[in-house]
Amino acid sequence: MQEHGKTVIKVGLSTCGIAAGGYKTYDVLDKEIAKNGLNVELQRTGCIGMCYAEPIVDVITPDGKLYSYGGVTEENATRIIDEHIRKGEPPEDMLITEEREDVVGQQTRIALRNCGVIDPESLDDYRERGGYKGTEKAIKEMTPEQLIEEVLRSGLRGRGGAGFPTGLKWRFTRNNPGDQKYVVCNADEGDPGAFMDRSIIEGDPHSVVEGMSIAAYAIGASEGHVYCRAEYPLAIIRLEKAIKDAKEASLLGENILGSDFSFNIKIKKGAGAFVCGEETALIASLQGERGMPTLRPPFPAEKGLWNKPTSINNVETFANVPWIVLHGADKFAAYGTEKSKGTKVFALAGKMKRGGLIEVPMGIPLGDVIYGVGGGIRDDKKFKGVQLGGPSGGCIPETLLDTPVDYDSVGKTGAIMGSGGMIVMDETTCMVDVAKFFLNFVQLESCGKCVPCRLGTKRMLEILTRITEGNAKPEELDLLEELAYYVREGALCGLGQTGPNPVLTTLNYFRDEYVAHIMDRKCPARVCRELLTYVIDTELCNGCRRCAKRCPAEFITGEKKEPHVIDQEKCIKCGNCYDVCRFDAVLVD
Amino acid sequence: MAASKTMEAGVVPYEEIDKVVEQYNGDSTLIIAILQDIQEAMGYVPKESISYLAEKLEVSPAKIFGIVTFYAQFRLHPLGKYIIMLCEGTACHVNSAPLISKAITDELRIEGGQTTEDGLFSLEKVACIGCCSLSPVMVINGETYAMLTPDATRKVLKEYKKKEEAAHN
Repeated sequence: MQEHGKTVIKVGLSTCGIAAGGYKTYDVLDKEIAKNGLNVELQRTGCIGMCYAEPIVDVITPDGKLYSYGGVTEENATRIIDEHIRKGEPPEDMLITEEREDVVGQQTRIALRNCGVIDPESLDDYRERGGYKGTEKAIKEMTPEQLIEEVLRSGLRGRGGAGFPTGLKWRFTRNNPGDQKYVVCNADEGDPGAFMDRSIIEGDPHSVVEGMSIAAYAIGASEGHVYCRAEYPLAIIRLEKAIKDAKEASLLGENILGSDFSFNIKIKKGAGAFVCGEETALIASLQGERGMPTLRPPFPAEKGLWNKPTSINNVETFANVPWIVLHGADKFAAYGTEKSKGTKVFALAGKMKRGGLIEVPMGIPLGDVIYGVGGGIRDDKKFKGVQLGGPSGGCIPETLLDTPVDYDSVGKTGAIMGSGGMIVMDETTCMVDVAKFFLNFVQLESCGKCVPCRLGTKRMLEILTRITEGNAKPEELDLLEELAYYVREGALCGLGQTGPNPVLTTLNYFRDEYVAHIMDRKCPARVCRELLTYVIDTELCNGCRRCAKRCPAEFITGEKKEPHVIDQEKCIKCGNCYDVCRFDAVLVD
Repeated sequence: MAASKTMEAGVVPYEEIDKVVEQYNGDSTLIIAILQDIQEAMGYVPKESISYLAEKLEVSPAKIFGIVTFYAQFRLHPLGKYIIMLCEGTACHVNSAPLISKAITDELRIEGGQTTEDGLFSLEKVACIGCCSLSPVMVINGETYAMLTPDATRKVLKEYKKKEEAAHN
């Protein structure tokens, strides 16, 4: 909260900001403010989503004017104090206010409404922006049935990937008999290129707590669990504080806001298993077992945690709920398409100019996200494809960039919306290598319970490895495809069933790259090392011997200060010479 | 997890285990949290302690061993003084993380999951650290090194080595 007449400085301290050196920036600012005895309040905030510009520092003047600075390190942080605060001359070269307005202005922020704006550890900040008014409205003005009806009407669907209507899940859980029911928040964000759930918890933990309370009221649960990745320590700390503060303010715990509704939340740390994002595996893990999935039905809404009716929803889904209750289903449903209402948060990464976290209405074209909010491709290279949905998703080519971003349209391309990871790839990315990367991930994370996933993905990975090493036979491409369909049909859980998607989509849209690897023994993107040839340019080589020393097999010869030669017959293609050459004299083909 | 927290192999940390189990009232359904706390205190889960823990929680040692080996977080061996967490997420992968991995292996002669013989460095490959826009990234004992190149990686590791050598002399 901003005290009247005081300038406020906010430092972005989510994982991205901290990784970029945010704490050091914070410390420098803190010292400078104290040293100069300035009437300035230093605060922390979450991630505004412009991760590429971290550490970000916002200066808000007493009249409410916002100045955003990007790339504020411990070296240049003093300039903000010296030039802006003391002299009143904001250092123009560090300002990113306009860019921020451009990036944020192109978005519709509902789930991210408070991220990067409030102090995530301040309950007052959250409440000042309408926080817990949704809980109050639900408990005091609505019956659980009305509440479920409202969420159904909003069209909110599960943001974790599958897109099941949230209200319907709640209704099933409510209607199934049971003396005890549970609400579970799935914060086991395992997609290795997605970080929206982490950012929401780190930037606005109360929105998740409030969403869970409202869900509990709707389904008649008194106990909730957050299953959060142990790799997200900051998220866990902030969530713990949010739960404690909410309890002290009677917004959580016994007799919430004086009503007869009671609800408590416990945090359980995951222990590093991708499969635990699958709801039946998650339940097994919550019960202290190996996280192995079971066949559905019965669905958790009927028999979930400890065999009681359980509603499992994703972090982003919960973050949307208080907003829907407070502002009404119609306002939420005004955004999006007929079947995909509201907004969706995406984690933009890869070869993107402005990587970070964004939220846009469902249904806007994929290309608008990448070239609009994302700013296009880094170094203005040529776009090749975009990966949506992580290991369960697929790669979408340039020709489909006009695909509207909603559950059904994305599904038609062979990819899935997934949790919202969006990795952009350019001409220097090898699509066979990408498919291998995801399959390797699925194979490593396969729990081993069912044969199609455990062995099918292993055999697929072996074929892909042979392809990237130039040892595959042409007929193996068909075998790869056949196996992919078997795994898709036969695997026990959603993760196994969707595991072949990265392979199937790249086979569908980028088949020529597979063919080039097999038939020509070439990697068009020059990524697969075994298929490359390394040659030393005699004009550029000055005989420094650096490469010869690094060649593990000693197959680079030449006199000192004379051009060197690589023995092509014996080269093991490790690429060391290319990596160490300081004169760009090693050419790759 | 400093090296001082690790302990000699073969010694069962009875006291630590008793303390943690008591904290969770011996509830065997909280076994994952119990193991997390033991690892937090010891730096790893000593293999020898599994049967003692099984006895205390009244479950089979096989069940505990199954859990420890199922979840990637648990380690049965102590880690080095410097823990290199190399991100292998999608964004890092397409931004050349495999080359960084190779540079580390070249420099330290260890693969993912291994520790150098002198006990200084451990290499842990992780799925996503969550700072994709800084890729490729590695974290050494909490310090993030962003936008790495193979050369920059080698330089960072050499500096750690130098620091250690200086401390020894």
